[in-house]
Amino acid sequence: MLAELGHFSLVLALFLSILMAGYPLWGATTGQSSLMASARPLAIGVFLFTAFSYFCLTQSFLDDDFSIAYVAHNSNSLLPWYYKITAVWGGHEGSFLLWVLIFTAWSAAVALFSRSIPLDMVARVLSVLSLVGIGFYLYVLIASNPFERLLPFYPVDGRDLNPLLQDFGMIIHPPMLYMGYVGFSVVFAFAIAALINGRLDSTWARWSRPWTLAAWVFLTLGIALGSWWAYNELGWGGWWFWDPVENASFMPWLVGTALLHSLAVTEKRKVFKSWTVLLAIAAFSLSLLGTFLVRSGILVSVHSFASDPTRGLFILGLLVVVIGGSLLLYALRAPALTSVGRYEVMSRETMLMGNNILLSAATLVVLLGTLLPLVHKELGLGSISIGAPFFNQMFTWLIVPFVALLSIGPLSRWKNQPLSALKNQLLFAFLLAFFTTVLLGFAKDKVDYTAMLGLGLSVWVLIATVQEVRQRIAGMSASQGVMAKLSALTPSHWGMVAGHLGFAMMLVGIAMVSGYSEERDLRMSPGDQVELAGYHITFVGVERLDGPNYEGHVAHLDVYEGERHIGDLAAEKRFYTVQRTVMTEASVDIGLTRDLYVALGEQLPDGDWAVRAYVKPFVRWIWAGALLMAIGGLLSMSDKRYRMARLVEAPVSGNQQEVAV
Amino acid sequence: MNPRRKQRLMAVGGIVVVVAGAISLMLYALGQNIDLFYTPSEIVQGKSGQKPQIGQRLRIGGMVVEGSVRRDPDSLAVSFDLVDTGPIVTVSYQGILPDLFREGQGIVATGHLVGETQIEAQEVLAKHDEEYMPPEVAEAMKGIKHVKPSESSYN
Repeated sequence: MLAELGHFSLVLALFLSILMAGYPLWGATTGQSSLMASARPLAIGVFLFTAFSYFCLTQSFLDDDFSIAYVAHNSNSLLPWYYKITAVWGGHEGSFLLWVLIFTAWSAAVALFSRSIPLDMVARVLSVLSLVGIGFYLYVLIASNPFERLLPFYPVDGRDLNPLLQDFGMIIHPPMLYMGYVGFSVVFAFAIAALINGRLDSTWARWSRPWTLAAWVFLTLGIALGSWWAYNELGWGGWWFWDPVENASFMPWLVGTALLHSLAVTEKRKVFKSWTVLLAIAAFSLSLLGTFLVRSGILVSVHSFASDPTRGLFILGLLVVVIGGSLLLYALRAPALTSVGRYEVMSRETMLMGNNILLSAATLVVLLGTLLPLVHKELGLGSISIGAPFFNQMFTWLIVPFVALLSIGPLSRWKNQPLSALKNQLLFAFLLAFFTTVLLGFAKDKVDYTAMLGLGLSVWVLIATVQEVRQRIAGMSASQGVMAKLSALTPSHWGMVAGHLGFAMMLVGIAMVSGYSEERDLRMSPGDQVELAGYHITFVGVERLDGPNYEGHVAHLDVYEGERHIGDLAAEKRFYTVQRTVMTEASVDIGLTRDLYVALGEQLPDGDWAVRAYVKPFVRWIWAGALLMAIGGLLSMSDKRYRMARLVEAPVSGNQQEVAV
Repeated sequence: MNPRRKQRLMAVGGIVVVVAGAISLMLYALGQNIDLFYTPSEIVQGKSGQKPQIGQRLRIGGMVVEGSVRRDPDSLAVSFDLVDTGPIVTVSYQGILPDLFREGQGIVATGHLVGETQIEAQEVLAKHDEEYMPPEVAEAMKGIKHVKPSESSYN
């Protein structure tokens, strides 16, 4: 019964979406405010019906209703209750329902938090959103209905959730990622609405910026969580694989980052308008492309546990309509966009343009590396694969000019920045970074030049950021104290500082892990000892293990650094009985400057165990850096100027809204 | 040409140079990092008339032959045979095999060709699915009766 209600509720949401795509847009075109005003309640209605439908599916999981095909395939009566809730998005149908739910949540958020925006703009934005939404609803209802029943013969118990997904990281990784992906739909809708309206100005950029930031923050966190999950769960200590599905989430992030910077220029200097619009379209298109790649089954990767070619075709159709339609509109309207601001070759505008070019180039690299094997195969030229070295090499080359611009850009002024005025600062920062790196680099026994390059670039970003803050406060009145001056800087400025420092921090992590990781695959029996990067690891023994829905072995390893006892690591090997899969649970001793990572391999015929022991320097910095970047995004979002107009009209809800979204 | 146009021209020229440089670097890096995919029979009989050369980097996908996994008693060195539709290729590997590596299971390995039918692998991948077969292998084996790996006889 619940499943039928959920299904029905989804159909109602579709019909409301159709109304929402038509009425407000018609109202905005003909100037009838009563029609325009229908957009907000409709958006909230669509959200409520979808949320109810989602609730029905969750309740079916909790009730172990195995007559529903999706529940039977992705759950089991032995599964702990919290994994039953997360199993809702463990497979294809449910994760798409989550996608739709998040999509409507963003629409509802636009409806609620847009009081400062003129009604006709809100009406257009919501109409555009629900035009896209109709496609999603049709897809869920026609091609991937999560409420399908297995009647009259249904299984007594379910097939269990994929063990890979039974992990805390997996509980929050997909929703975060979806929040990011789908979040770009709002920016996209703003861009399309502005194109329809023909009014792209700095107010449009100001409206779009907090939404872009919100989507970007979620995407950043989502990707970082995915990386963290892979590190813990896949059992071989990798944190990024250039797997097609990872790439699919990385491309919108790169374009989103470019969009953030380009929006800043459009807002402040009224230039780059058509480029910004194109980026907004690209960010959402790449999010859709990512969905298509992951869900169509044309890519084989660790993620494609649920795929179906007919569904792929449906998403491909949706992709063509959305991207094709928006690019057509862009082609018709973009020539009319004129940029009024003027700037010289050496100016902050140019630096940010460089940032955009490099980020776009990086996106192209990832796109090429992801799609080339597909194209190659479709053309009948045979299967190829493009290895991680390609991406690593490309990104090593791209990062150098990128960091140079990142360090010089914030120091330079809008419109015109003579290079000679910056010469001393640049020289100082560059030399300081260089010597620090040399000192740090040669303190190690082994010198890895790529890692040192990465380290040097991070130090440069750090120094340049400090210089920038100093330069900012030097311009303030001399009577204030340093602290007063620092607190006078805007939150959005601090957001930039945090974002850039986060990037530097992540770069340190990446450089150190890539250059100085110690990895050893060993064959060990109880009592064996091994030394790795100054740590003595003793293999104590192996015990049997019994979990709720798995059994297996746990190996105990004792770790000493000289005389000091570091810890007792317990690495597990689990066998999930229902799905008949083996999983590795690595044991990690976490540290600020290094992780000690131990994972159990297979048991060898004579009773020995294969053991992986890794020392990963500074690996935490990668995720900490991502977190800092996300915090930077939140700080920027909390800036007053995005709320100013709203505070006048809605003093109660105006405060934390964007953060809450 | 007024100074403003000149500046624009310089900016556009700069972009063109950067883009051209980036594309050529990218193609160069691509050329070095493309791994062609082979099945065991393609290694032996050649793929569209071309046999892989010894020393070449490649990827191979096939089913692990039952009873072919040989382990070194003192280290983690292991070797096993791969098959698709007939010919057999031996893969040697130093390290820990993935959780789902099993005899009769489809796997993909990346490595170098060291002998006519000898491959030294740097990486061995198995999929998280009982019935998984690499799609390329499934394609090569199309038309062949699909039997359970434990009941099959390849030789």
